[in-house]
Amino acid sequence: MAKVLFEGVSKRFGDVAAVDQLDLEIADGELLVLLGPSGCGKTTALRMVAGLEEVSDGSLSIGDDVVNDVDPKDRDVAMVFQSYALYPHMTVARNIEFPLRQQRMDAAERTAKVAEAAGTLGLGELLDRKPGQLSGGQRQRVALARAIVRDPKVFLMDEPLSNLDAKLRVQTRADIVSLQRRLGTTTIYVTHDQVEAMTMGHRIAVMQGGKLQQVAPPEELYERPANTFVAAFLGSPGMNLLEAERVGDKLITPAGEINVPEHLSAVLDGPVTLGIRPEGLHLSTSGLAGTILLVEMLGAETQVHCSLEGGATVVVRQGHDAQRPTLGDPVVVGVDAAALHAFGPDGTRVAGT
Amino acid sequence: MRSLAVRRRREWALAYALVIPALVIFAVFTFYPFIQNFKLALYQNPPYPGLPSHFVGLSQVTSTLTSTSFLQSLESTFEFVLLVVPIGLFGGLMLALAAHKKLKGMAIYQVIFSSTVVSSVAVAAVVFGTLMDPVVGLLPWLGLNPHPAILSNPTWALPAVAVIAIWQFLGLSFIIMTAGLQSMPEEVLEAARLDGARAPTMFFRVTIPLLSPTIFFGLVIGTIYAFQSFGQIDILIGPQNAAFTHTNVLLYYVYTALSVQNNPGLAAVLSIVLFVILLSVTLLQFRFLERRVHYASN
Ligand SMILES: Nc1ncnc2c1ncn2[C@@H]1O[C@H](COP(=O)(O)OP(=O)(O)OP(=O)(O)O)[C@@H](O)[C@H]1O
Ligand SMILES: [Mg+2]
Repeated sequence: MAKVLFEGVSKRFGDVAAVDQLDLEIADGELLVLLGPSGCGKTTALRMVAGLEEVSDGSLSIGDDVVNDVDPKDRDVAMVFQSYALYPHMTVARNIEFPLRQQRMDAAERTAKVAEAAGTLGLGELLDRKPGQLSGGQRQRVALARAIVRDPKVFLMDEPLSNLDAKLRVQTRADIVSLQRRLGTTTIYVTHDQVEAMTMGHRIAVMQGGKLQQVAPPEELYERPANTFVAAFLGSPGMNLLEAERVGDKLITPAGEINVPEHLSAVLDGPVTLGIRPEGLHLSTSGLAGTILLVEMLGAETQVHCSLEGGATVVVRQGHDAQRPTLGDPVVVGVDAAALHAFGPDGTRVAGT
Repeated sequence: MRSLAVRRRREWALAYALVIPALVIFAVFTFYPFIQNFKLALYQNPPYPGLPSHFVGLSQVTSTLTSTSFLQSLESTFEFVLLVVPIGLFGGLMLALAAHKKLKGMAIYQVIFSSTVVSSVAVAAVVFGTLMDPVVGLLPWLGLNPHPAILSNPTWALPAVAVIAIWQFLGLSFIIMTAGLQSMPEEVLEAARLDGARAPTMFFRVTIPLLSPTIFFGLVIGTIYAFQSFGQIDILIGPQNAAFTHTNVLLYYVYTALSVQNNPGLAAVLSIVLFVILLSVTLLQFRFLERRVHYASN
């Protein structure tokens, strides 16, 4: 068990900086989720910890040791690949046993450990099968068993659930979380699924274009996004963003005016990007003017997409008992001003909010 | 329903129409000679050309199979195959592993290594024949003068022509192995590295098993190739050579039986034997090796 520390770590492929100046500390025993859109450098960051990718710049430590030049086999990290990467010619038992054999552990101890890991993941019945004879979910559990059996310092997981169907995904998600909490092994978990991120991580690190955008516990990330990217990326749909300008005690937008809420009145001045979650908007009689663009009925809730005067599009979340509007109708969107977020011209959260 | 049945029938008719030209060619140039060959084996040719052959039944088959020249030929053939196939496969694998690095300029090596595939037997034989020449070759240049010269030496002539066949097979073997390496799941190898596998374990417990379907394919192809090589022998040794009886592999024996001895009956018996051997070896390989070969299933 150990912490993992990125200090100014970069990885360049030719001219592309896949990971750019990453500073991040993952505490001992923490489950940190790396979240971001496709191509943002999550896998690259993870592979650098594993030693499968060389660090171009900066220093990467596991525990108290800088591991930039340490061979993967000497890092004592276990990785669960998206493709599971099981050894197709070995039985499940042999697969799980493989890392132990490499440590020259004696046979009796090996058998005991394999039985224990297989028991933890409910693989007892499958030990004699080959990976080709298993379902996706079973393979996934074999990959996990192979990772936990060696009791490594760090677990690395690269979208391990992406090949599973929705139901199995929810189940396995819960299994991984409880396993991680029980074993207390430092874990870096890569995903681009924000539901996975919100439900699993102690903290979430959001990346974009190789750069770290924000690291915070899930609630904080949702409630106090550090910039417009994080604001718009998290939530489904993400936060609505509106350009506005403060004049006196009003926030002026092309579609109408909003009273400056108390929590923003001291810090706002001039142009500002306002952020508001869909649940902070409602269809009303006073507020911002626009037309209905799209109505999406999702069961418990309805998402109403509105095109505001001046060109911005916002999404309003309605409970399922609300009156559903008709496409193309004019509409007035009411804003719960107390729920407004404010971002400066550079996109970062206005200080003090 | 009816129209479906009609359409089915039309499709079948079209399918047969498309297959028939190929079938005709096969029938005339493969199946008919193949059957005719069995008939030839039952007729004996008189020692002087021009006289009619006469039916002798299986006696020609038994006398051929028990003759010393046949047994000698069989021995040479297996020696040749056992030299060419394992060394060719192993060499191809080593070259493929060496060239399977993500380094700049590797493409050049890949082209060089696979180039022996496109060189003709004649060219290869002449080049190696020169290298092995007792006067201008490599050995006299190194100050060595084996006597008799390699290519007329009963002990060394067969290994010498095997070297040429190996060299030629190396290119194909390299291509097959490279294709196998390139389709190998990268993440499985990475998983093994993270699991702490050292180089020998990586090679013997992961790479080789994952590559086993490829190696098996190479084995079958290589065996057929080796059984069918004789161009090098014809060009460099030939029937007049002192080492001839030790390099007279089956297919070459078929050829000399026909073109030198003018004996179609003998040639027919020999080619049937070769056919039976090739068929059984290939079936054996499938039966015994395929079970131990892993085919990736995900
Ligand atoms: N071996 C490589 N050679 C060149 N560029 C690479 C290589 N690996 C990754 N990249 C580039 O680095 C960037 C980050 O890739 P990475 O695989 O880390 O993204 P990711 O966040 O894991 O994306 P995804 O969610 O799609 O898996 C991408 O622009 C990618 O094209
Ligand atoms: Mg990835």
